[in-house]
Amino acid sequence: MSGQLSLVQLDEMANTIRQDIIRMLEHAESGHSAGPLGMADIFAALYFSILKHDPKNPDWDGRDRLLLSNGHTNPVLYATMARAGYFPVEELMTLRRFGSRLQGHPERTKLPGVETTSGPLGEGLSQGAGMAYVMKYIDERPNQWVYVMMGDGELNEGNVWEAAMFAGKYKLHNVIAIIDRNNIQIDGSTEDVMPLEDLHGKWESFGWHVQEVDGNNIESVIDAAAMARAVTNQPSVIIAHTIPGKGVDFMEYDYRWHGMPPNSEQAKEALRKLRTLDGKIRSEHQ
Amino acid sequence: MSELYLSDKIGQDDIPTEPIRKGFGKGLKQAGDDDIRVVALCADLTESTQMHLFRDAHPERFVEVGVAEQNLVTVASGMAAMGKIPFASSYAAFSPGRNWEQIRTTVCINDRPVKIAGSHAGVSVGPDGATHQMLEDIALMRALPNMIVIAPGDSVEAEKATLAIAKNDKPSYIRLAREASAVFTTPLTPFEIGTAYVLHEGHDVTLLGTGLMTYECLLAARQLEKEGISVEVVHVPTIKPLDERTVLSSLRKTGRGITVEEAQIAGGFGSAVAELVSEQMPTPLKRIGLQDRFGESGKPAELFAHFGLDADSIAASTREFIQSTPQYHQK
Repeated sequence: MSGQLSLVQLDEMANTIRQDIIRMLEHAESGHSAGPLGMADIFAALYFSILKHDPKNPDWDGRDRLLLSNGHTNPVLYATMARAGYFPVEELMTLRRFGSRLQGHPERTKLPGVETTSGPLGEGLSQGAGMAYVMKYIDERPNQWVYVMMGDGELNEGNVWEAAMFAGKYKLHNVIAIIDRNNIQIDGSTEDVMPLEDLHGKWESFGWHVQEVDGNNIESVIDAAAMARAVTNQPSVIIAHTIPGKGVDFMEYDYRWHGMPPNSEQAKEALRKLRTLDGKIRSEHQ
Repeated sequence: MSELYLSDKIGQDDIPTEPIRKGFGKGLKQAGDDDIRVVALCADLTESTQMHLFRDAHPERFVEVGVAEQNLVTVASGMAAMGKIPFASSYAAFSPGRNWEQIRTTVCINDRPVKIAGSHAGVSVGPDGATHQMLEDIALMRALPNMIVIAPGDSVEAEKATLAIAKNDKPSYIRLAREASAVFTTPLTPFEIGTAYVLHEGHDVTLLGTGLMTYECLLAARQLEKEGISVEVVHVPTIKPLDERTVLSSLRKTGRGITVEEAQIAGGFGSAVAELVSEQMPTPLKRIGLQDRFGESGKPAELFAHFGLDADSIAASTREFIQSTPQYHQK
């Protein structure tokens, strides 16, 4: 299944994932909106083109590992996993509910296919580096990759830079970090809260191969991942510039939507915008 | 009481001594010999934590992470996710002192079998002073679901405990001390995770010790017996899960008890015993340990005396306790 969608189909998949995200968040009445919407294209690219994985056998030893370090954006992870076939799409509506496998922040022991528990920020890259170290130096798994999805706000965490030094020292070429560079965090814009620039230069100086792409362009993301896999003497980071709230105009660029779910009115409007590509096409569902 | 094969030099001046951390180093090297899944990570304290024995024997499975304790345990967690059995060592003040949340999230909630070795615990660190004398690690680790907490009594037991946690498939914490201390057990002495051992039988009071304090309890018991006070000494190397049956049965017999630990009494070993006893069999109990204060620089022996942790102080506290507190016999 994965790896066989055309670019048009991948764009449609990202749109479907966005609609799932809106419905999940409306139903859950809590959770984060802007980040997951902005990351939908990256996740469509990952699960339907980039990753080696088997949704019917989530523990397959030969799989690539994807760690979602900024765990609060997990609606995009869950929606993509459901669409990829890890679990029924209907289960998405249990997000954040009592007894659900879809916990408010992802938990490895609850849902097969979730590689690690996350939520507390800044811990994904070092776990990914630990996995990559084993693949590179101990078990010798030459054609396996560890992808670590991070937010930009979480780069405030010191643990991230400890991991950056570590992966740089050991030249963990099999680590590919993807930063969702959407410029927002809870208290405002990243450059107001705690400036990250020169972000490109920071990673380079830690020994990383750095690419910057339009993170809302699926083809660019797929190409950058391929480029990263061709770098064999240093870890790679892809700074993916995205629009927070992408696809829903009244959420785009607005940091207030970082940690807020849509109410039913807002969800209805958001779904209309997504189904009609903001009025460009008519939708049979209207 | 099954045979414990304790040292025949207990109480003698020439009892051999060795730092508990050395036993850890030997056990880790052996665990690495026994199982290729065992890997070791250190945060720039490889000789201090005695990991160099493993590093020299298995360099391909040793990872230096630098002075970065948050990275130490999260890299270890990632290695555990790939089927390894990682041992991550530093000083206890920094791991689990600094990286507790990483341990909580990526080791305990994830339920990955990472082994945290916290060296230089307790005031016996000596001259380094309060910052490096970790006293809150037992409380920090005991509060975490899925975590096993062990404070071995001597280096021989530390070696056995290290081998045991290499095989238990659970997040585990092992507490180690810097200073050379009496080796009162022998290779034949039994050790199992979750078991407490009655080292010496008595009927007037129970002394419950963990870590280095067990040997001080044995010495205190000898002093008190010369005065006609019969003391039972229970060694509790595993603080979590606590061997409830052994602790309660000793206290049922003696009717009063004293816990002794080289750690804060708040949330530590004494707290664990107090929680058990108050819920299941209310019995008079006194907790010896650091009484809501930090350590300071000095020689280990000076500090033990100053904080009431040496055999003389424990004996004095016990005399006072049994004079003021009648034995309580369960109906």
